[in-house]
Amino acid sequence: MIKDITLGQFFPGTSKIHRMDPRVKLALTFFLIIFIFVADTVAATALTVAAVLVLIKLTRVPFQMYIRGLKAILLIVLFTSVLNIFYVRTGHVLLEWGILRITVDGVLRSICIAVRIAIMILLSSVLTYTTSPTDLTTAMERLIKPLKALHVPVHEIAMMMTIALRFVPTLLEETDKITSAQKARGADLESGSVIQRMKAMIPILIPLFVSAFRRAYELAMAMECRCYNGGDHRTTMKQLKLRPLDIWAMVISGIFGVGVILCNFIPPHM
Amino acid sequence: MVILETKHLTHTYSVGTPFARDAINDVSISVHQGEILGIIGHTGSGKSTLIQHLNGLFRPTLGQVLLKGKDIWADPKAIRNIRFQVGMVFQYPEYQLFEETVSKDISFGPRNMGLPEDEIEERIHTAARFAGLKEELLDKSPFDLSGGEKRRAAIAGVIAMDPEVLILDEPAAGLDPKGRDDLLEQIGLYHEERKNTVLMVSHSMEDTARISDRVLVMNQGRAAMLAPTAEVFGRGAELQQMGLQVPQVTRVFMELRRMGYPIRDDIYTLEQAQAEFLRVLKGGAAK
Repeated sequence: MIKDITLGQFFPGTSKIHRMDPRVKLALTFFLIIFIFVADTVAATALTVAAVLVLIKLTRVPFQMYIRGLKAILLIVLFTSVLNIFYVRTGHVLLEWGILRITVDGVLRSICIAVRIAIMILLSSVLTYTTSPTDLTTAMERLIKPLKALHVPVHEIAMMMTIALRFVPTLLEETDKITSAQKARGADLESGSVIQRMKAMIPILIPLFVSAFRRAYELAMAMECRCYNGGDHRTTMKQLKLRPLDIWAMVISGIFGVGVILCNFIPPHM
Repeated sequence: MVILETKHLTHTYSVGTPFARDAINDVSISVHQGEILGIIGHTGSGKSTLIQHLNGLFRPTLGQVLLKGKDIWADPKAIRNIRFQVGMVFQYPEYQLFEETVSKDISFGPRNMGLPEDEIEERIHTAARFAGLKEELLDKSPFDLSGGEKRRAAIAGVIAMDPEVLILDEPAAGLDPKGRDDLLEQIGLYHEERKNTVLMVSHSMEDTARISDRVLVMNQGRAAMLAPTAEVFGRGAELQQMGLQVPQVTRVFMELRRMGYPIRDDIYTLEQAQAEFLRVLKGGAAK
């Protein structure tokens, strides 16, 4: 159950996408997601779908992994698109039953929403599957660096994110262990009412919190012992450099953006 | 009499994915009523996976686990009852303490069993005594205890269920030498008084040799040996091939024998070593 969470999962590799500068990857992901929402004709949406499929192919990560990521949000996608079918009331009526009315516009709209959410998840999967968490936080730190002028503690925020990501697997493992130990003492986690089940979580949550605090304390101590003090004048082990590959990626993304805008003039709208 | 038995037990992790791998493979062992069975094996040899099958925390991919002749998974809904009969103390059990007071924490197991209040009360005190936990600590918060005391409190929490089979995973790991000796002695005393069955996983050959009647050696997911302690440690060369060792004192005696002294080399505790030295010094001949 716990092992199915793909949050922040990273598949090491050497594809073109893997080798890109994480800053560029992060920025371009945002850029592409914005254009998913700019696209509002069938042609433009088809273009975004094609672009994402090409990107997925380029990462050389097994396609099942992306499917697995999509499965997790299947319910949300279905819920929002079904809701939208009934919400849109304009256009040619296909079916009318009481206050419920299904129109061509409504169906198009719901497909559009489903596709947008799916594409957005796929795009962020491309980013997290091909970028290690450390690279990702470094990129984030660099990109929000200008905020330092506004006295935002940029380095500290990035450090917090690195630590948080680092401890996700550790705490999951710990939860598994504590759960087993309490089950061995007869803890019943599988039956009873919702309230009883929540109560049954206490023997797991308390040791988990205690151990999280203990780990935090130990890590803080270890960092202090090495005289860690924030980000001023700190260099990074891995120097980030823009290479031709990144320039190409930016140019291609720019062309894609223009393409989406042009396709938006081709009816039908969604 | 056999109390606990596994038949062709196999456990595969991540079934149906490319990452599938066997943690244990075709393990058939039987544990006798009333014995202390030591379990040794290299890291990743499947010791932990094996013991978690014995109280129904893991469900076998193939094969069976029999408790007193009955398949423990015959009725999956009754698996909690199995866990009360086969108590399990995990490695570093002190990290599972959660209650406000030590006695409340010890009572967690008995309370889950649905015992009456007065019996729970009695069990708390018996378990604390068996685990060597001082009475005055019972009303303290478990988080205020020292490391060794926490360990004892956590072990008491499992003993309080009065299991017929007690499984301990590295109970002495991370304790100082004195704490280690005390704990092993306590386990021995508990076993003597309760006459129940104890399984102990350990990385220390010395500890295993000291308290076990028989020893199970796990290697690459299979049960490589299951024999009386003397016999297992008599096969030092095989153990070394599996990345294990014989106790230090045994190594001394093997070396002495290799150097030509007329001495036995099936010695694995200090008491035996002392007796053997005295015998040789008095001029007895090697067996």
